[in-house]
Amino acid sequence: MGPEVETAARGGSRTSLNDDAAISVRGISKSFGDVRALINVDLDVARGTVLGLLGPNGAGKTTLVRILATLLRPDSGSAQVAGVNVLSEAATLRQRIGLAGQYAAVDENLTGLENLTMVGRLYGSPRASAKARGQELLEQFDLVDAANRPVKTYSGGMRRRLDLAAALVAKPPVLFLDEPTTGLDPRSRLDLWDVIETLVSEGATVLLTTQYLDEADRLADRVAVIDHGRVIAEGTSDELKDRVGGERLEVHLEDSSQAEAAIRALTPMCAEEPATSDGLVRIGVRQRGGTIIEAVRRLDEAGVGVDDITLRRPTLDDVFLSLTGHAAEEEDSE
Amino acid sequence: MRRLVSDTLVVTERNLIRLPRAPELLLAFTIQPIMFVLLFRYVFGGAIRVPGGSYAEFLIPGIVVQNIAFGGFVTALGLNEDMQKGLIDRFRSLPMARAAVLAGRTSADIFTNGLSMTILVVTGLIIGFSFQTSAVHVIVGLVLALAFGYAFSWVFAFLGLLVKTPEAANSVGFIAVFPLTFISSAFVPAQSLPTPLRQFAEVNPFTIVVNELRWLWTGQPSPDHLWQAFAWVVFIILVFAPLAVARYRRTAGG
Repeated sequence: MGPEVETAARGGSRTSLNDDAAISVRGISKSFGDVRALINVDLDVARGTVLGLLGPNGAGKTTLVRILATLLRPDSGSAQVAGVNVLSEAATLRQRIGLAGQYAAVDENLTGLENLTMVGRLYGSPRASAKARGQELLEQFDLVDAANRPVKTYSGGMRRRLDLAAALVAKPPVLFLDEPTTGLDPRSRLDLWDVIETLVSEGATVLLTTQYLDEADRLADRVAVIDHGRVIAEGTSDELKDRVGGERLEVHLEDSSQAEAAIRALTPMCAEEPATSDGLVRIGVRQRGGTIIEAVRRLDEAGVGVDDITLRRPTLDDVFLSLTGHAAEEEDSE
Repeated sequence: MRRLVSDTLVVTERNLIRLPRAPELLLAFTIQPIMFVLLFRYVFGGAIRVPGGSYAEFLIPGIVVQNIAFGGFVTALGLNEDMQKGLIDRFRSLPMARAAVLAGRTSADIFTNGLSMTILVVTGLIIGFSFQTSAVHVIVGLVLALAFGYAFSWVFAFLGLLVKTPEAANSVGFIAVFPLTFISSAFVPAQSLPTPLRQFAEVNPFTIVVNELRWLWTGQPSPDHLWQAFAWVVFIILVFAPLAVARYRRTAGG
């Protein structure tokens, strides 16, 4: 853990709700039996921004979303969403939020249009205007051709888009997206990212949970990392990556006996202790641009033969290893 | 209250629209009752002696009540599925009346039960059943059967929310309701049962409702009173509707 890591446990500095924020969470805790799902969580999401809540399965992401969407009551703490108290004004709050879940919550036996019309009517709209809004959303989400087909004939990506559309029926100012792309193929994932980006550009505030750093990176203005029910780090995606040591350079050596020489040559570029095994040298690099060229030049000068050299961005694993000392996949219990 | 009614109607409509698109459920409503009628009339019927009238006349009211009590299965399975798939979460995040999801489910059962009962009665008329009473009696009988089915939909709503999987809902429901329907006067006269079973059958609400329906449709005298049958309907709803609503709130997380 680097010295500049800012932890969320800031003592008394954030004790009262922030009225200017679209989402403000203070001291939320929730246990299920012996399992402490959330421990004293504080968060603020500014209006019109996206907060990525990043963490492995079982970290508490979904629990937090369920609490903020009025589906679950916390054991302690307070929260305000869209200017409404989550605990005492749940009924009012439900008019102002949209929820799209990990498991596409649409009726498989209804058509896309029937699903959206039903949701609109349950928000209190008359049938005709609920239907009109449904048609508008189907157009926006590129589902017009499938509008009158039962959802069970949809692909995974189409279902997620419809689920997202259902969350937008009442044009809510605050959206909760719980792992919107988990389980989707890469193409559908990119499509869905485009859709979410459009929504955000139209001014919605979004709390997005994800297990993928690249997703948080692409969509979120700020990222909060959650592990074992605690927010362990918070910042912009770049800040977070700097904290975990920036990019990783991997050098495959022609001759594994040259590892020592390679490390010596690359040490000036290192942000942390290099690691080596079986002719593969891994280092966390300090700067952003020109890394590969500099590394190749240094290795060439030192007479080290290189088989392959790659630069990769830190993954969720790197974030977790750096912040918590354990890998993200170790736990699996949500 | 107006919200409850309109939201309930929306959910009812949803449950009815999806029905023809799930053919396996539709089979349960249409083919299964016909099979039961034929089974009892032609396979077992010859061996069963009933007081006065034919076995077809004895059987149809019994099988209507049994079938309609099981109609609530759709509610148990449907609610369980909605829970698994996250639809209940969607509903709970909407500004809709809290009880509408359950009320809409059970109300949809009234329509499916009506369909099922129509098929049963028509089948019955073909195999020798006939109404022996006035139109008013027949209609009161239809209302009683539908009301009893509606009450059992709340029992099944509670069961469906109680268990974790649709398979469990299926077996728990079957184990709980099947003996109730058979240890009654639905298929054989209660007097023909061994003493302990007969004593159970005589206080079983199924027996009371079947006896009343038999009286309303065929004029066969009943040892019970019509008000007792309707009292059971009200009692079952008053017990199981609040239980189901409480369970719904808890299951979905408070």
